[in-house]
Amino acid sequence: MDIFLFYFLSALTVFSAVMVTLSRNTVNGAMYMVLSLIGTAGLFAMLGAYFLAALQVLVYAGAVMVLFIFIIMLVDVDAEEKVKIGTGSLIAALIATITMSVGVFMLFYNPEWNQPLSVIVESSSIEAFGGSAKKYGALLYSKNILPIQVVGMLLLIAMVGVILISKNLFTSSTPEEVSEQGEPTES
Amino acid sequence: MNLIELLITAACGLGAAIAIMSMAGLSVLAERKVCGALQGRLGPNRTTIPLLGDIPILGRMITRIGIFQLVADAAKFVFKEETIPGHVKKFYYHLAPIVVLIPALVPISVLPFGSLDGEPMILANVDIGMLVILAVSSLGVYGTVLAGWAANSKYPFLGGVRASAQMISYELAMGLAILPVFLWINQPGSDAALSLSSVVSFQETHWFVYLQPFTALLFLICLFAETNRAPFDMAESETDLVGGFHTEYGAFKFGMFFIGEYAHIVFGSALFVTLFLGGFNFLPMFASPWPAGVVGAVLSTLWFVVKVSGLIFFFIWIRWTLPRFRYDQVMTLGWKVLLPLSIVNLLVVMFILMAITPVNA
Repeated sequence: MDIFLFYFLSALTVFSAVMVTLSRNTVNGAMYMVLSLIGTAGLFAMLGAYFLAALQVLVYAGAVMVLFIFIIMLVDVDAEEKVKIGTGSLIAALIATITMSVGVFMLFYNPEWNQPLSVIVESSSIEAFGGSAKKYGALLYSKNILPIQVVGMLLLIAMVGVILISKNLFTSSTPEEVSEQGEPTES
Repeated sequence: MNLIELLITAACGLGAAIAIMSMAGLSVLAERKVCGALQGRLGPNRTTIPLLGDIPILGRMITRIGIFQLVADAAKFVFKEETIPGHVKKFYYHLAPIVVLIPALVPISVLPFGSLDGEPMILANVDIGMLVILAVSSLGVYGTVLAGWAANSKYPFLGGVRASAQMISYELAMGLAILPVFLWINQPGSDAALSLSSVVSFQETHWFVYLQPFTALLFLICLFAETNRAPFDMAESETDLVGGFHTEYGAFKFGMFFIGEYAHIVFGSALFVTLFLGGFNFLPMFASPWPAGVVGAVLSTLWFVVKVSGLIFFFIWIRWTLPRFRYDQVMTLGWKVLLPLSIVNLLVVMFILMAITPVNA
């Protein structure tokens, strides 16, 4: 039964991930992304990383994507328009795709990695990879304290940046600019 | 897992869903009765079914209580004609009520509701129970947002947007308000993690409602906001948005929203009872008097239901007493008052715990 569940969840994740890029309607795309995230959470749970699975649903599916949909609905991007893809971005996309595919294939055909997960990771350490909150936290805040600090700093910088931009401290506001409510700002 | 085990698990889950849905139905009736009492009226007391209502004393009593009104309401939801307005976005219009209802019914599976021979009775005793509840119920907001958007008209859209903004805002404060409880039960040496059954067993002697009264208050306020309940019912404030996000819905689909809303209230009350009012434990400082075996299980479950009903009554009481907030007041309260307060509360509890725990434990 486990194997069916695994294939079902993988298919769900991959299919909805593809549909995110293919769907014209932005709300459809966002909903597919939610599905994809939930599928990933299911895969995490199958690996025994229940804590990580719950966090995935709570943070990504439950909060981040709600914000996405919220913004999509507010700015009302219903009108679909075909965007011409420039040569620069085409080349960038190609390079990214090729690198990514090569990486994935090398992972798959590397004999060291191409074996059951239980061989690569001892079952005792799965807990530390997100199985139980306590061990996950202990690992996160002892061995990996530096990356955590760096990520925290990055988030702080992003937050300050967002506040700066939304307060219009750098640019003089123009009448075309729209506020959060979709109405012209009085300035 | 073989087939029989699977079937038993499925039956238990179905039972829990039926239990919470009937509690939701009864709280609809309670809402009308309590509202009537608060306004000096009687509430529904005349609806009757011919033969059943004619049973000498019992029938008259049931009619007076208004149980038949519940049946009448349900029948109306089922038999009313389904009209689908022409301007809606069909797929999401049909999807939204389901997305509202399911997350309201699922989280009951990690809630301990009674005790059998000292062991908590719970459908899925997982380590991360609280996180599962937060995760699943955070998916419920999609139903509201999609309903508002799919209706494709102004008032429902405004209702949906308001609801999503409000739920995201109060989720933060709610998560922070729960943390002190779990800090307290995870003192050095304990292996409680985030499971709700260990919260309940911890409260056998002392309840969190007086160990951490301020946390309880913060959590209660966030709970009102998360269940979209007055005085926070921004999503459907009928004075400015007609019916809010479900304006375009009728018949059975509206019924699903309705049941979903009350299921949220029932579950929210059950969660508050579990976290702060001792769950199925009898009274603080008293040993639980539940006898061994099935009788004890039934009694403790009943006691749990009594506590939950008390809290549902409190929900209804608040709704018919307080006026609704303005939308900007809701946002100010969430971000500028509750969020800082819950961070301060977390810090205070941390320092208290540091002071009372032995250093080398």
